[in-house]
Amino acid sequence: MNKLKASLFAAAAAVTLAAGTLAPGAASAQSTLRIGLAEDPDVLDPTLARTFVGRIVFAALCDKLFDLDENLKIVPQLATAFEWAGDNKSLLIKIRQGVKFHDGEPLDAAAVKFSLERHKTMQGSNRRGELAPVDSVDVVDPNTVKLNMKAPFAPLIALLTDRSGMIVSPKAAQAAGANFGAKPVCAGPFKFVERVAQDRIVVERFADYWDKGRIHFDRIVYLPIVDAQVRLANLKSGQLDFIERMAPSDVPGLKNDSRLKVSKIVEIGYQGITINIGKSDRAQQNPLGKDPRVREAFELSLDRQAIVQVAMDGEGVPGNQWVAPTNSWYAKSVAIPKRDVAKAKQLLQQAGVTNPSFTLMAANTSDAQRIAQVVQAMAKEAGFDVKIQSTEFSTSLNLADKGDFDAYVLAWSGRPDPDGNLFSFHACKQPLNYAGMCKPELDELINASRVELDAAKRAKIFEQIAASVAKERPIVYLFHRHWLWAYTNKLSGLRTIPDGLVRVQDLKVN
Amino acid sequence: MFNFLVQRLGQIIPTLFFVSILIFGLQQLLPGDPAIALAGEERDPSVIAYLRAKFHLDEPIYVRYYYWLSGVLQGDLGESVRIQKPVLDLIVEKLPVTIQLASMAIVVAMVIGITMGVVSAVKKDTAWDYAANVIALWGLSTPNFWLGIMLILLFAVQLGWLPASGYVRPSEDLGQNIATMVMPAFVLGNAIAAVMMRHTRSAMLQVLGADYVRTARAKGLSERVVVMKHGLRNALVPVITLGALEFGQLLSGAVLTEQVFSVPGFGKLIVDAVFNRDYAVVQGVVLVTATTYIVLNLLADIAYFLVNPRLRA
Repeated sequence: MNKLKASLFAAAAAVTLAAGTLAPGAASAQSTLRIGLAEDPDVLDPTLARTFVGRIVFAALCDKLFDLDENLKIVPQLATAFEWAGDNKSLLIKIRQGVKFHDGEPLDAAAVKFSLERHKTMQGSNRRGELAPVDSVDVVDPNTVKLNMKAPFAPLIALLTDRSGMIVSPKAAQAAGANFGAKPVCAGPFKFVERVAQDRIVVERFADYWDKGRIHFDRIVYLPIVDAQVRLANLKSGQLDFIERMAPSDVPGLKNDSRLKVSKIVEIGYQGITINIGKSDRAQQNPLGKDPRVREAFELSLDRQAIVQVAMDGEGVPGNQWVAPTNSWYAKSVAIPKRDVAKAKQLLQQAGVTNPSFTLMAANTSDAQRIAQVVQAMAKEAGFDVKIQSTEFSTSLNLADKGDFDAYVLAWSGRPDPDGNLFSFHACKQPLNYAGMCKPELDELINASRVELDAAKRAKIFEQIAASVAKERPIVYLFHRHWLWAYTNKLSGLRTIPDGLVRVQDLKVN
Repeated sequence: MFNFLVQRLGQIIPTLFFVSILIFGLQQLLPGDPAIALAGEERDPSVIAYLRAKFHLDEPIYVRYYYWLSGVLQGDLGESVRIQKPVLDLIVEKLPVTIQLASMAIVVAMVIGITMGVVSAVKKDTAWDYAANVIALWGLSTPNFWLGIMLILLFAVQLGWLPASGYVRPSEDLGQNIATMVMPAFVLGNAIAAVMMRHTRSAMLQVLGADYVRTARAKGLSERVVVMKHGLRNALVPVITLGALEFGQLLSGAVLTEQVFSVPGFGKLIVDAVFNRDYAVVQGVVLVTATTYIVLNLLADIAYFLVNPRLRA
C-alpha cells in the first residue's frame, strides 16, 4: 500500500523533471553586468514604487528630469534647464530635445505633463504626497513645461531627481493601465526585458538612448540575493560583478583581496531612536516621553562613535541631525553632544527619576538589534533601565503608528533635499511623525524652509530648526551608515552618489 | 468503484473548504496592518486609504473571506500587491523550480541514506556501523543554512566548481541548471538522508533476521544476493513511504535553503509574502500546496483500491 503511494509520488517527480529538461540552452556572448541586490524590488512603476532597492533598478530603466552628482548638487538629465517664475510660484523646465522612449515615442513637454499628472492622480500613487504642492502642469511649448504652485516650494527640484521626476511613455502607460509596472517603458539607458520574481530582472541596452555614448554594457541583470554572505560569495566566485549593501563585518576580509574593490558612501538617510513624546497617552506615562531633561540625560548617556564601532563595525559616521555632518545642509552650530554620564545622572536627579525605565522597540533585523543592545548597555551606566522589545518589522510600524511604544529604533533611507528627512517627521500630524511632536513655532520654521529658495537663507532657517529639535529630542539621531559597495576591480567609471543608487552611465569593464 | 470514488470526492470538498477557512483565518492572526506594511516608506495616508479600500481591509473578516473564496472558485487567486502580478502566474513560475529541487533532494537522500543504512546493518557493530551512525547524527544536527554557506564558501568561492547561488532555467542551459541545484539539493537531501539511514538500518536488521533470509543463506546464495535481493527489497517499503512523505513536505517549500541559495521556489515566495503582508500570495501558495497534497493522496488511495482486492469487498 505504502509502496504504491510512494511510487506515485516518484512518478510525478520523474515526469516533471523530464519535462523541465527538454529544451537545449543557448548561451549569450554579450557584455553583461551582473548586480547583486539585497532585496527583491517591488513593482517597477515609478508612480507606485515604494522601495529603496527598486530605485536602483530604475536608475537603468527610467531617466529623470534631474539627477544628483557626488556632492548632491542637482544636474540636468531629461531637463536641460529650469527657472523660477511668477513670484517663484511656478517652475519653468526646459526639456531635452530629441529624446525617445523605449517604444520609440518622442519625449516632449506633453509626455512630461502626462507623467507628472499620472504621479499626482493615479490610484495608489506613492508620489501624490511629494507632488502635492504642485497644483497644475502646463505645456508652454513642445520643449517647455510650467509647474504651478500656490507658494514657492524649495524641495521641488530635488524631488524631480527621484521617482517623481521619472517620465514614462504616455502611450505605453495608457495601454497598460495599472499593469504598467509589469513592463515599464521609460527613457532610460536600458529597456526592460524580463522579470522573474525573487530571481532576476533583466534589462538591455536601448539603442536610441539620448546619451548612448556613456553606456558600455549590452545587458544588466539584477539578482536579488538576500543573504549578505551569499551575495559576497557570488561576487568572489565571479558570478556577480557588483554587490550593494555589503555587510560591514565583511569589509576587513576584502582588504587583502586584490581582485575586488570596496566603495563607501555616507548615506543621505539616518539611524536614530524615535521617542514617543506626544503620539499617544503613553508618552505621559513614561519619564522619557514626559520630561525633556530625561531625554537629554538619555542622549548624554550615549557615545555615538562607540555605537557606530560596535553596531556597524565602524562603517558609519556619528550624527545628531537629519542630515549627516558631511552634508552641506548640516547645521554646524548644533554640534554632536559628547557622552557625559555624570551630567546625565545629575539631570535625572533634577527630574526626580534616578532609575527611569522604558521599553525600546527594535525590529528583529540584525542592525536594529545591535543598536538597541549597545544603547541599552550605555544608558544603563547613567541609571536607565532599558527593556528591548524585539518586534517583527511590519508589526513594529503598526505599533509606532498607534503610538504604542516608548522609544523605537528606526531608520530612514533619506531624500536628497533635507526637507524629505525633516518635514514628514517633525511637522504636526504628518504621517511619519511617530514621536507625536507638534509645536506651532517649529511648524512655522519648517514651512519657511520650504518656501525659501535662497540656499544661504534656507540654511539659516535649518539652523534654527536643528537647535529646536535638538532641545526637544523627538528623535535622538545616532549615525549615518556607509553604503558599502563591493565590485570586481575590472569595473571602472563607478560614481559614488550619496543616494546609494548605482548610475550605469560610464560603467565599463576593462 | 463508483461508490468509492463518490465517497472519496465527497470527502475532498469539505476538507478543502476547511483548509481554505484555516488559511484565511490564520493569516488574519498576523499582527500589523497590511495597508501600513504595503504603503512603503512614505506611508502616505491616501495610499493607505486606497489599499484598505482595494483589499476590503475595513470590512469584517467573513466579507473578506467571501470575496477571496468567490475569486478562487472562478480561478482567480488574486494579485500580489507588492509586485503587481497575478498569484497564479507566480505559482506557475515557481512550481517547476520547487518540484525540481524536491526531486533532486529526494534522490540525494535516497542514495546516501539507503547506502549508509544497508552498510551499517550488514556491518552491524563494526567501525562501518559506527561511522555511518556518526555521519547520520551529523546530518541531522547540522543546520541547513550553515551547511549551505559552508558549501558555497568551499565549492563556489575556494574551488570555483559550482555557482554560488541563483537559478538558471533548464530551457536556458541544462548544465548550469543542474550546477545551481546541486548544492541546495545536497543540503536538503543530507538532512533527510540521516532519517532515511536510520529507517533503512532498522528495517534491514529486522529483515536480515527473518526466516526466509536464513533459508536463502542455507540455499548457498552469495551474501550479495541475500542482502540486495532478499534483504533490501523487503526493507525498502517503509523507507520509500518515508521518502514520499518527505517529498510532499519539500514541495511546500524549503524556506531556509531557498533563501541561502537564492532559489526562487515556493519557500522564498511565501516568506517574502508573509513579511510584506502580501496576503493574496500567502493564501494562494498555501491553498495550492494543500490541494496538491490532498489530490496526490486521493490518487494514491485510488491506486490502492485498484490493486488491493480486499478494499473492494
